Amino acid sequence: MADNHNQGDAIKEVGHDHAHDHGHDHDHHHDQSFISKYIFSEDHKVIAKQFLFTGIFWAVIGGLMSLVFRLQLGFPEMSMEFLRPILGGWITEAGKLEPEFYLALVTMHGTIMVFFVLTAGLSGTFSNFLIPLQIGARDMASGFMNMLSYWFFFGSSVIMFASIFLETGPASGSWVIYPPLSALPQAMSGSGAGMTMWLISMALFIISVLLGGINYITTVINLRVKGMSFTRLPLTIWAFFITAIIGLLSFPVLFSAALLLIFDRSLGTSFFLSEIYIAGEALHHQGGSPVLFQHLFWFLGHPEVYIVLIPALGITSEVIATNARKPIFGYKAMIGSILGIAVLSFIVWAHHMFVTGMNPFLGSVFMFLTLIIAVPSAVKSFNYITTLWRGNIIFTPAMMFSIGLVSMFISGGVTGIILGNNAMDIQLHDTYYVVAHFHLVMGSASFFGMMAGVYHWFPKMFGRMMDEKLGYIHFWFTFVGAYLVFFPMHYIGIAGFPRRYYAFTNFDFTKSFTDLNAFISVAAIITVFSQFVFVFNFIYSIFRGRKASENPWGSTTLEWTTPINPGHGNWPGEIPQVYRWPYDYSKPNSEKDGFGDFIPQHIPLSQTPHSNLPHEKEMLERGGNNEDEIKINEQ
Amino acid sequence: MANLILGLAIVLIFVILLMLFRIQRLVSVAKGEHKEKVDGFNNLNANLMWIFPLIGVIAAIWYSGEAAKNFLPEASSIHGQQTDSLFWFSTAVILLMFVITNAALFYFAFRYRYKKENKASFFPENHKLEIAWTITPAIILTILVFYGNKVWWDIMGEVPKDAEVVEIVGQQFAWKTRYPGKDKKMGNYDYRLIDATNDLGIDFGHKDANDDFVSGKLVLPVNRPILFKIRAKDVLHSVFAPHFRLKMDAVPGMPTQFHFTPTKTTAQMRSELGNPKFNYEIACTEICGKGHYSMRLLVEVVEEAEYKKWYASQSPFLKDNPEYKGRDLKWLRKKKNFASKKQEEKTAHAKID
Repeated sequence: MADNHNQGDAIKEVGHDHAHDHGHDHDHHHDQSFISKYIFSEDHKVIAKQFLFTGIFWAVIGGLMSLVFRLQLGFPEMSMEFLRPILGGWITEAGKLEPEFYLALVTMHGTIMVFFVLTAGLSGTFSNFLIPLQIGARDMASGFMNMLSYWFFFGSSVIMFASIFLETGPASGSWVIYPPLSALPQAMSGSGAGMTMWLISMALFIISVLLGGINYITTVINLRVKGMSFTRLPLTIWAFFITAIIGLLSFPVLFSAALLLIFDRSLGTSFFLSEIYIAGEALHHQGGSPVLFQHLFWFLGHPEVYIVLIPALGITSEVIATNARKPIFGYKAMIGSILGIAVLSFIVWAHHMFVTGMNPFLGSVFMFLTLIIAVPSAVKSFNYITTLWRGNIIFTPAMMFSIGLVSMFISGGVTGIILGNNAMDIQLHDTYYVVAHFHLVMGSASFFGMMAGVYHWFPKMFGRMMDEKLGYIHFWFTFVGAYLVFFPMHYIGIAGFPRRYYAFTNFDFTKSFTDLNAFISVAAIITVFSQFVFVFNFIYSIFRGRKASENPWGSTTLEWTTPINPGHGNWPGEIPQVYRWPYDYSKPNSEKDGFGDFIPQHIPLSQTPHSNLPHEKEMLERGGNNEDEIKINEQ
Repeated sequence: MANLILGLAIVLIFVILLMLFRIQRLVSVAKGEHKEKVDGFNNLNANLMWIFPLIGVIAAIWYSGEAAKNFLPEASSIHGQQTDSLFWFSTAVILLMFVITNAALFYFAFRYRYKKENKASFFPENHKLEIAWTITPAIILTILVFYGNKVWWDIMGEVPKDAEVVEIVGQQFAWKTRYPGKDKKMGNYDYRLIDATNDLGIDFGHKDANDDFVSGKLVLPVNRPILFKIRAKDVLHSVFAPHFRLKMDAVPGMPTQFHFTPTKTTAQMRSELGNPKFNYEIACTEICGKGHYSMRLLVEVVEEAEYKKWYASQSPFLKDNPEYKGRDLKWLRKKKNFASKKQEEKTAHAKID
C-alpha cells in the first residue's frame, strides 16, 4: 500500500502541469476544444464511453422491440392499437401487428443485439477502455484509427436506425439474411431498400470492427509496460486480445458474403441464386448456391458467438477473482481454454447447417468438432466455481452479475451438447429449443458480462460509484427474469414449436402452451423494464454518484494506479512498472509485508519478502523481478 | 382524459420513487455507511444466492410434469424413436451436469460469503484437478458423440431400394406434392417450365412424367420406407414433420432428400391419443417471408391396401391437362423464339411507320 500512497502524493504535488515535463504528444489535451475532446476524440477512454453510450442506446431499442413481438406471441388476441402512434401503418386495420413487421422486429432485434450491443457495446467498450489501462500504455497504438473505428460504427448505426423508418420496412429475413429471401425484393418487402441499408450498415460495421481489432492486437503486443509479460496479463486482456484476432480473421468472410450478396441483388450475378421462379416469373439466375452463403455467413457467425462471449468471460475472471479475494483458479488453464475455444470456433460453423442438405459425412465431422468445444468450456466453468471455493466473497453488483454469467453459461451451454449432436438437431433445429439455448449461453451470459464490466469499472470511467442497492435490485430482477424468460422456452422447443412464427394458430401441434407463452411475455416485460433501473442508476451516478476512491474494489491491476479521473495519457508521471502476476489476492503473509489482502502488480518482489513464494524468492536471489531483468543484471 | 390521468399517475409514481431513492441515499451518507467493507446486504445477497435457485429448481420440477402433457406424442417413425431415446438419454446427462455445477456455484457463493475474521485461501492451481475435469467431460462427450453418430448414420444411410418416392416442393406459402404414378418413375422438371397450371415445372418431354400426379395432401403407406425428394421454387423452406422427427431444408437449385418409415397410421394415432381430430402435419422451419407461419401440409398415413387404392384412383396431371403433352425445354425455346420474332417484327414495323 505504501507505494500507492507515495504515488498518490506525487500526483497531487505535481498536479496538472506534470504531464508537460514528459514531452509526450498527448500533452496538448489542455487546449483541446470540446469537439476534439469529447466527439472526435482520440483518447481511448472517451472512445470507450462513446461505444458504451451507443451500446446502451441500442440495447434499449433492441429490448423494446423484443417486447412488441413478445406481446404478439404471448397475447395473440390483444389489440395493438396503442402502438399505432409509433408504428403507424405496421398496425393493420384490425389493430394487429403486420406479420411482415413481426419478422422485421425479430430481424432487427437479432442484428442489434448481436452486433451493436454485444459486439460494439461490450467488446468495443471494454477493449478500448481496459487494454491501455491494464497493460500500462498511454493510449492505443493508433488513436486516430481508434477514433475512426467508433465513427464507422456510428455511421453504421445511423444507417441501420434510419432503415427502421423505411416505408417498405427494414431488413426482415432474420439476422442470418439467407438468400434467396434476402436477395429478392419480390419475396418480401423488407428485402428491398431495407436489405440494401442493412448490407451497407454491416459493411461499415465490419470496417469498424477491423480497425478496432488491428489496434487492440497491436497495442497488446507492442505497448505493454516493462515487466508486463504475456503470462502477467490480466485475463481480461487475454480475452480482448484473442477476441480481436478471431474478429480479424472471421469478419472479412462476412464482408465477402455481404459483397457477393450485393452483387447478386444489384448486378445480376448468381453467386447464391439458382433456378428461382417467383412472382410469376422464372429468373435468369442459374448455378449459384444458397448453401454457399450459409457457409460464408456461419464462418463468421459461429466465431461471432465467441466474439461476444469471450470478453464477457474475461471480465468475469477479473471480477470474480477481485471480489472472492482469491487468485483466479488455473490462470494458465484459463488462457489455454480461451485459446482452445478460439481455434475450435473456426471449425465448427456447419453445425448450424446439419439439415441444409449438406453431405451427411460433413455433418459427422462437424458434430465431432463441435462437441470438443464443450471441454474447454467445462474447464472454464469449473475454474470459476473453484475460484469461489474458500473465498471471502463480497457481493458487489459486478460480482453478482459475474456469478450470474457463470450460471447462464452453464445452463445454456449444456443444451449445446444436445443441439451440436446432429441426430438430435434434426428435430430441434429452428425450434424454440435453439432460441432458449443461445439466449442463455450467448445472449444472457454476454449481457451479464457487460453489466459486470459497467458496474466494476464505472468508478474508473466516471470517477464516481454507482448506487449499490439499485444494482442489487437490477441484478435480481435481471437474473430471475432471464431464467423465467428463457428456461420455459426449452419446453416449447421440445414440443416442436418453430421459431420466427408470427402465430401458432395454424397448426394442431402448436396449439398448446398458450399460458406458458403469455407467462414468458410477462416475464420479459418485467425484465426489460427493470433494465431502466440500471439506466437511471447509470445516468444519475455519472453526475451525482458517490465520489470514488482510487481503488474502490481493492484490485491488483494497473488501471487502479491511475488518478481517479485520468487524463489523456492515463498516468501523469511514469507508468508504473509491473513485477508480478495480477492475482496476488490473499497471499499468505502479505500482512507482514504491510499489505492488506492484495498486492498490486506494480509492487516489486523486493518489497514483499515475507509473502514471496519459493519461485519468487529464487528469482530475487538470482537478481531481478523477471527473467529479462535477471539477464540484464547478469551482463 | 383517462390517458392523461394515467400518464400523470405514472409520472407521480416515478417522482415518488425518485424521492425515496434520494432520501435513502442522504440517510446512508448521514449514517456514514460505506466505511465498512461490506454492509448487511452482503449476507442478504448471499442468502438469495441459494434461495432463488432452490425455488427455481422446485418450480421447474413441478412444471416439467405439467409441460410433458403438451409434448409431442411418441415418435411415429423408426428413426424418430431412436432420436427420442438419444434425446432423453442426453437430457438426463446434461440435467445432471446442470444441477451439480449450478449447485456448487451457488452453494459456494453462499458458503464463502464475506466474514471479517476470514481470509480467502491462496489456491491458484492444482494440476490434478485440472486434468480430472478435462478428462471427465471428454469421456462423457465421447460417449454422446459415438451414440449420436450411430443414430445419425442410421438416419442418413443408404436409401432402401423399395422406398416409395414422393416429391415435396416448397413455395411461398404452400407445399406441393407429386407422386411418380403407376410406372413408379418420377418425371424430370425444370423451373423454366413452371406456369400457372404446371406449377411444379414438370418436364413432359419424357414418358416418365406422363403418369405423374400431384396431390393437395400427402398420403403415405404405413411401415414402408418413404423417400421425400425435396426442392423449393422461390426461397429457402424447410420440411418439418414433427411427429416423424423429420426435418430437411428445401433449397432452390439444389434438390435434397430424407427417407424414413412411418410406423403408425393416422387412424391408429387418433385412437391412441383419444383425439379424433388428430392429423400429422408438415410445417416450414426456414424463414420464407410473410406467410412463413402458415405453410401447413396435411399428412395421412394409411394401411398399405388403402394406400394402393388411393394411389390408383388419382388421375395423372396429363389426363387433366392434355395440352401439356410433350411440353419440354425445346418446346419452350421455340415458343420464346416465336414470341421474340413477333416482337422484332413489331418493332421493325414501328420503325418503318
